[in-house]
This record gives sequence, structure tokens and C-alpha cells, in this order.
Amino acid sequence: MTKLRLSRLLNSVSLAALGALLLAGAPGVGTAADAVGEIRIGFLSQTPEPPPSVANPDEPAADDGLAGASLAIADNNTTGKFLKQSFVLDRVEVAPDGDAAAALRELAGRSDRFVVVDAPGATVEALSKLPEARNLLLLNATAPDDVLRGSACAANLIHVAPSRAMLADALGQYLVKKRWPRWFLVTGRRPEDKLYADAVRRAAKRFGAQIVAEKEWTAESDVNRTAESEIPVFTQAKAYDVLVVADEVGEFGDYLSYRTADPRPVAGTQGLVPTVWHRTHEQWGAAQLQSRFKAAAKRPMTARDHNDWTAVRVVGEAAARARTADPDRLIAFIQSPDFTMSAFRGAPLSLRPWDGQLRQPVLLAADRSLVSVSPQEGFLHPRTELDSLGYDQPETLCKTRGKTTP
Amino acid sequence: MTAARFTGISLAALIAATLASAASAQTIYVSNEKDNTLSVIDGKTMAVTDTIKVGKRPRGITLSRDGTQLFICASDDHTVQVFDLASKTVVHNLPSGEDPEQFALSPDGKSLIIANEDSNIVTVVDVPTRKVAFQVDVGVEPEGMDVSPDGRWGVNTSETTSMVHWIDMEKRSVVDNTLVGPRPRYAQFTKDGSQLWVSSEIGGTVSVIDTATRQVKKVVDFHIKGVAKDRIQPVGVKLTDDGRYAFVALGPANHVAVVDARTFEVKDYLLVGRRVWHLALTPDQKMLYTTNGVSGDVSVIDVDSLKVTKTVKVGRYPWGVAVKG
Repeated sequence: MTKLRLSRLLNSVSLAALGALLLAGAPGVGTAADAVGEIRIGFLSQTPEPPPSVANPDEPAADDGLAGASLAIADNNTTGKFLKQSFVLDRVEVAPDGDAAAALRELAGRSDRFVVVDAPGATVEALSKLPEARNLLLLNATAPDDVLRGSACAANLIHVAPSRAMLADALGQYLVKKRWPRWFLVTGRRPEDKLYADAVRRAAKRFGAQIVAEKEWTAESDVNRTAESEIPVFTQAKAYDVLVVADEVGEFGDYLSYRTADPRPVAGTQGLVPTVWHRTHEQWGAAQLQSRFKAAAKRPMTARDHNDWTAVRVVGEAAARARTADPDRLIAFIQSPDFTMSAFRGAPLSLRPWDGQLRQPVLLAADRSLVSVSPQEGFLHPRTELDSLGYDQPETLCKTRGKTTP
Repeated sequence: MTAARFTGISLAALIAATLASAASAQTIYVSNEKDNTLSVIDGKTMAVTDTIKVGKRPRGITLSRDGTQLFICASDDHTVQVFDLASKTVVHNLPSGEDPEQFALSPDGKSLIIANEDSNIVTVVDVPTRKVAFQVDVGVEPEGMDVSPDGRWGVNTSETTSMVHWIDMEKRSVVDNTLVGPRPRYAQFTKDGSQLWVSSEIGGTVSVIDTATRQVKKVVDFHIKGVAKDRIQPVGVKLTDDGRYAFVALGPANHVAVVDARTFEVKDYLLVGRRVWHLALTPDQKMLYTTNGVSGDVSVIDVDSLKVTKTVKVGRYPWGVAVKG
């Protein structure tokens, strides 16, 4: 009703008056009229084909990720009904070798100004550079690549998933706190494994740990049959405290525990894993999100589900806080120091203005138990302890986002 | 004859003395979320006198108006248990809806309004008939509950929606909503009903709302030297009847803030146990009890001197607390 009346009014006034009206309405929080409305969020997903060699006992669900986004839309709408805001998820799935740019154009064509991208880092980077993406806000939900936050950063791109540097720092702080500073780093053969290993090396340097030995896993054989004989030989290294493994797709990392030459714990991409979410996490109201998700999806929430949930909730929380459905105002508000949201991990999440990264606590989980939550006590930071994880303001390699202090 | 009279007098005096001490004897009840038990603390000796098995995941607890029964949210049993204090038994269950967490009793003691955390609903139960009177839709993860002293308003806070929902108890519907800081956990009306105090766990603040306009009139902020801002997570709030103090439990900051309820200034921060959540005042307002989830104990605060006088070990994850005067 209000909306209709406003649009009639706009049609009837002169162009000059219209300009004045728009200017007057621009600053500050939304007025009653623009608080109301529909907010469309695109959901662009692309799942890389798993390599054939992986023996995966836990086949990911077909709706892995999407189920998190869908629950967040429902959560946004429950809140939205009190503010007369409604949220719509426009979903496009891109094949592993499909045309992601065309998918983004399609979403932009449906006037989606927010697009959650659940895709590999290369796709995220390519999409952020499209002319059609200039006026959008892309929410990188899952790609952990530090380069996206560094030299490839973009004003229209924010990062919901923690970067590899944040994950490695979260693990590194814990290992150092435990006084397990000597690490044996085992890296897989894929490019992303090298990046994970780089992040582990960086964490070691930051927190005073040492990489006492390094090896690359190159075996082509079916590790499932040969692990018992191969791994004890492979893991003969000089004295170390923890074996840190970098194997993102899970080709061999799960076979290391209990087979190392020395009795040592395994951490990294397998064993004790830094992650945003775990099925055993229940603190800070997490039990409620777990049960809400389980009721809706009939399975436990994964880290990918949680990242997509958070991405869609960023938009919903901003719309409720800024009391506006106007996309330009929402995009500005999300990137302002006033934006914070709860994501069931204790400390509030907010955006680092220097690289567009959502600052957040990181869980450290074993298969069936939550072991700890980083940042660890004692890793201090003048702004927030959360900024002890990942690239801090003075270290950022992002040059295009400006470096205003939050 | 003289002896008999003397005995009579002393007996009467004895009875009077016994009655007086019974009136001042206080019992503190604490729900232990992870033990499925209730700890009973003697207010005089400050010792745990009993640990009683109750329903699964007990959280919010509150006394009946006549003080003979305790209502217990047994969240994982999806029920509110009515616990008889004299016989120490659960006498019956109330239909509460799914996953009850917190509730509030109307001033006449007849309606219990319950937050159903998993289903975004508030259930109002008619206590005498043990029937659901009505349900209303609220925001995501309803939690904090209170009823205004005049019985007109039922209020609910929803954690993920970050709003206070105003339920007109007569019309049986939500008629207004007030946006507050992120993750509102607890709501309490002032004694005169003119203000509603609401804590925001993730916002790190307490909002004071004017009941007449349902607008936030003041936001109270907290700063503790040496404690990171994001560890200050307000949960429980208790206001003294005389309008002097508001006590605010600050969660993992392990402190209770003392707020001047008239000027809204924070006067002091009292160090208590780890992860302090909920609070209860004695009926005479002299003592404040806190539940400290991580350290598994209860801190006792003397309201006059604003000092923590004692710590009492209870079960695992103490959550709710109620004091019988």
C-alpha cells in the first residue's frame, strides 16, 4: 500500500524534484517506506567433481550447502514478517565445467543485488571481475583462498568463509598453547594442498612454532590397501610433536592416524580440523541451530551448509538492523563498522574493511568431539582477538579496498 | 501451677521463634542443565541439602505464586514439570509445546507463557486447567519472557530475530515489535511496569524500553578493564523492587554488572564464577544468587555491600535459579 502510493507519487513529480527526493532519502537509516520490501538473494553454486581416487566414506548430501542457504532464507523471513520484509532465494547451479558468468548474468537479470557464491576460488575471482557484477555484492561463501582477500580482492566481494590463513592460525594457536611447537608438515600433490601448507608455514612463523620436517605425499597407489606398510616408512622423521597434514580433498590424510612411525597426533585437513562448524558443536545456542537444521534437512549441518547459512543471514541481519530493503544502503551497511551478527560461535562476526573478510571464531574439531575454539586465550590483539586469525590490517595485500580502521 | 504457666509461655515463645525462623529461612533452587537435576541450597547454611532428579535438560525455573510449587522447563522432554516442594516430587506436567526454554508466570499466577525455542512460537498455558490457552508466532529462537505487572503485556525476545514481541494478553496476539541489540536473552519489567529491560548477548548491551511507547529509551553499555569487548555477553537481568539497582549477568566475562536503575550508569562489576547466566533475588532483596555454568557453581552476592560473599558448588551447567522466601 505504502509502496504503491510512493511509486505513484514518484511518477507524478518532476525529474528535478525526484533528484531532490532521492538525495534527501539517501543518508542514515531507512525510512518507514523503504524498510518494507522484497530482497532477492541469488545462490550460485558450483561443486567441483571429486577426484576418482578418493575413497570417501561420507558421500556429501546432494543439497550440501543449499540446505544451509534455504534455512537462512526461512530465518530471514521469520524476522522479516515483523518488518514487512520478504526474502527470496534465486538458485542457479553451474556444472563443474559450466558457464558461471552466464549464471551470474541470469541472476543479475532477475534483479538479485546479492549473490552468494558457493564455488571454487577461481570461479569467485572471475565472477567478481565481470562488468555485470560491479553493482552487486558477491558473498564468497566457501572459497578459502587467501589470494581472493589479497591481490585479487574487490570492492564488490566479501568473504564469509574463513581463509586458509585463518584456519591455519586457529590450529597453530592451539598447538602452540598445548606446547606442541614442532610440526611435521605433510603436503598432498594438489595445488590447493600447497596453499594450505603455505598457510601452515605462515602460522608457524607467527606463533613461534617450527616446521621440523616436511614431506610431499605423491603416491599414486590405492592407499586404502597399502597404508599399513607405506605410512610407517613415510612418516619416519626427526623428533616432532604433531603431524600437520595438507590434503584438502582427502586423498590420504585419513590414513595417517594410528599408522605414523612415532605415536603422534594428526591435525590439519584431517585429524584435529579447524572449521566453521561441527555436528558436535552446541555452545552459544548452537544446539538450537543444529536442531533447527536437522528438522529441516533431515541430516546434520556441515561446514558448507553453515557457510551458506551465514552468507544469507548477513543480508537478513543487515536488512533488519538498518531497517531497509534498499540494496545500496544494505551493501553500505554490511561493510560499515556498525554491522555485527551472531553465528553461534561466541564472539560477534563483523567485516574487516581492509579485505572484506568476515572476522569469526574458528572451531577445532575431531571426528566426534569439539576440541577447542580459537582464538586461544592469550593471543591478544588491540582491536579484537579475532584479528589474531588471518591477515591483519598492516599485513594485507589488498590494495583496492581502502584501509579505514573499523 | 507456676511451673505449668512458665512452660506454657516458653512453648508459645518457642513456637513464635520457630515461625519467625521459618519465615526467614530461604531455600534456593538451581536447575543443572547437564545433570538433569535440581540442587536445593539452604539459605542459612549455604549448603546443598538435596539434589533431585528431574526431567531432561532442565533450564528455566520459577515458583508458583503461593510458593508451594516450582515450574521447571524440561527442554528435552518437551514439557513443563510442576514440582511440589513439600513432597519433592513432580506432580504433573503442563503441555508446553516443543523445546521450552524460558517462561514467565502472570501476576495472578494463572497463565504461564512459554518460549518454544525450536518452533518460533510462544505457548500460553492455563495453569489451573493445565491446557494450552493459545499460541502465537514470534521470531527465530524465542527466549526471554516476562509479563507486565498489570498482566496486560506478555513479552518475548527472539534471539536470531533480535526483537521484543509484545503480546496483548487479552487480544491473544502480537501487536508490536521492538528491535534491540543482537541476540536478546532476557526481559524483565520494572516493578511499576513502566520500563522493560532487555539484555543482548551478542550486542553486549542492555536496552531499556519505555512500555507506553515500546521504544528503546536507553542502551546500557559495559566495559571491564582487561576483558575483551566481545566477551561481555549480557544474559540475566534482575531489578530490585525499590528501583535502585539493575543487576546484569555478563556471561563469559564472569562478572555481574551493578547498574544504577535511575541514572542507567554502571556502578560496579562484581567478579563471580565462570559463564554467569541467570540471577535471582531473595524476596527481601538482600541477597542475589547467580548461576555460573562453566564453573558449576552459584555465587552469593550481598546487595547492601555489593560484595560476593560465598560460592556454592552445584551440578553441571547450572542454568536457572529461584528463591523461596
